[in-house]
Amino acid sequence: MPTVAPLDLDGYCLFASFIGEVPVYALADGTVHRLDHGHHAVEMHDGLTCAVRTLDGKALITGGEDGLVRALNAGGTAAEIGSVGRKWVSALAAGPQGAVGFSAGKNAHVRLNDGTVKDFAEERSIEGLAFAPKGLRLATARYNGGTLHWVTAAGQPIDLEWKGAHTAVMFSPDGKYVVTTMQENALHGWRLADMKHMRMSGYPAKVKSWSWSAKGKWLATSGAPAAIVWPFQGKDGPMGKAPLELGTRGDSLVSSVVCHPTEDIVAIGYADGMVLAVRFTDAKEILLRRGGKGPITSMTWDDKGYRIAFGSEAGDCGVIDIRG
Amino acid sequence: MSDTPSSDTQTSIPVTVLTGYLGSGKTTLLNRILSEDHGKRYAVIVNEFGEIGIDNDLIVESDEEIYEMNNGCVCCTVRGDLVRVVEGLMRRPGRFDAIVVETTGLADPAPVAQTFFMDDDVRAKTRLDAVVALVDAKHVAMRLKDSREAEDQIAFADVILLNKTDLVSEEELHGLEHAIRTINPHARIHRTERAGIALPEILDRGAFDLQRALESDPHFLDHDDPDHVCGPECDHDHAHGHDHHHGDGDHHRHHDHGPGIHGTTIQSVSLRTGEVDPQKFMPWIQKITQLDGPNILRLKGIIAFPNEPQRYVVQGVHMIVEGDHERAWKDGEKRESRIVFIGRELDREKLERTFQACAV
Repeated sequence: MPTVAPLDLDGYCLFASFIGEVPVYALADGTVHRLDHGHHAVEMHDGLTCAVRTLDGKALITGGEDGLVRALNAGGTAAEIGSVGRKWVSALAAGPQGAVGFSAGKNAHVRLNDGTVKDFAEERSIEGLAFAPKGLRLATARYNGGTLHWVTAAGQPIDLEWKGAHTAVMFSPDGKYVVTTMQENALHGWRLADMKHMRMSGYPAKVKSWSWSAKGKWLATSGAPAAIVWPFQGKDGPMGKAPLELGTRGDSLVSSVVCHPTEDIVAIGYADGMVLAVRFTDAKEILLRRGGKGPITSMTWDDKGYRIAFGSEAGDCGVIDIRG
Repeated sequence: MSDTPSSDTQTSIPVTVLTGYLGSGKTTLLNRILSEDHGKRYAVIVNEFGEIGIDNDLIVESDEEIYEMNNGCVCCTVRGDLVRVVEGLMRRPGRFDAIVVETTGLADPAPVAQTFFMDDDVRAKTRLDAVVALVDAKHVAMRLKDSREAEDQIAFADVILLNKTDLVSEEELHGLEHAIRTINPHARIHRTERAGIALPEILDRGAFDLQRALESDPHFLDHDDPDHVCGPECDHDHAHGHDHHHGDGDHHRHHDHGPGIHGTTIQSVSLRTGEVDPQKFMPWIQKITQLDGPNILRLKGIIAFPNEPQRYVVQGVHMIVEGDHERAWKDGEKRESRIVFIGRELDREKLERTFQACAV
């Protein structure tokens, strides 16, 4: 039987993850809580707007209402790594080779491992950032599409056009697709080889959480009473195919999803705080958490795929261990 | 049309939208809101910190970002940056009691207002309280001649502060008030100097809350008097006489066509009939707003349905229309249906004819 080790915090949890083996919880009030041989709290900002984990899993990057970008390492030491001035930091992304992307308003910046910063500007506000899995390439999400920028290599930026407001962006793990969430209840995708469009719509609510399955075969998403899981294993991606609907419930929307690091399994968090794990092949469900005080906002598996750190809007966070 | 009451007014955070041309006194008013001892805490969303000389954690700078929705309707726009900032603010709700959004001088108020109706997440946690327009008494006549935005801001407002009244004559003020009334007959007008207004007159008004709008103004839509200007006594009863209701209409109409006000393009159409058939009225209001939505800036109405014990109230912004049952009709109260449209190129004859066709 899976077990839940609760951690009751006071405030909205924006991001729950692991730094190394240590569960961490980033709250909107600006504190980051660590479970490292006891409960420790670090004041990162007065007001935290976004958080992301570095690709090597060894640090947490946070952006604040104070316009600062900071990094927290596994030992609990924080350092400033960037600043956007008086605006709120609106988006963050972690890239290969230790690169960190951050943005505010119409400007994005990439801080490279050696501390140099590259600047990029768009004509409209940047809502989301993502790095390609290989090569230093940054994608922005903005009104009417997104743009792909080479960070260090020479090369013209490439515009990805699609009418409407795009609020977040992600590359597929093989780098072949770029997908965005939209202000409307839909996703949009581009196959980079030929810029073919993919429309993924039909959600009753905005998609706010998404996760690629192992090897990028599936893309799991929130925004419906089930996890909507789009097939990306064929050469045409999800075009012309129906998604899987996993963990369907009649009384609560899915608010957070995270795929297992190696198996075709997705952990699904709901608006009432419930968490299920569901296998893609037979849709078999395992209850991981009965429910809680608020919608699940964020979940991350540890590298081995045994534990899930989860956070909620109400602050009732914790760690689920599926080994029992 | 949605028939659901908007978000729970007990727990949702009220939002006041502040519009007005450059130099109309918005910064002065904001500074007063932030510094006066009124016992409430405000989060303020501005385009630029500019001259706000007050150190406050809750002043958020945000780039105005207008998003057209992908539903084929050109007037369905939201402020994308507000969606993000309001969501961020609402993750720490204990810090403030209300939100004030300051728009740029040239801003169209519609996308700001529509954000609070069209975005589900924003709507779930906040409610639009009122649109407050600051008008510079010295320059508004000129603005109205050359700027569509200045006119839009007046047309859209629930409360209008006719500011800098010390810079113009009493006669000019009457002319301006009449001009404002011609554009927007139902907004409250307050004369101010240096944006000096008792803050309860502009904050937490509940102008978009169908219940409260009518409670605080029981004779809402009653007086179609274009010369009506609110004074302090208006809070009590609108039916009573107004000291400042001077002279006859012709005198003021003279000002209306004076050189300063010529060329305004916004008009209001007030319609009145007895009880209407809901089977006819609902499709009618739907169709009117779908067809003429881009030209309709605001609409408000109180509707009497046969055999319905409660008054039905509607309001709209462009193509967004909301309706809800309000309080019961009182004994002896005249069961009348009234609706007012404020907009451009409104076909008064068509509106009148089609509205009358809904009558029982």
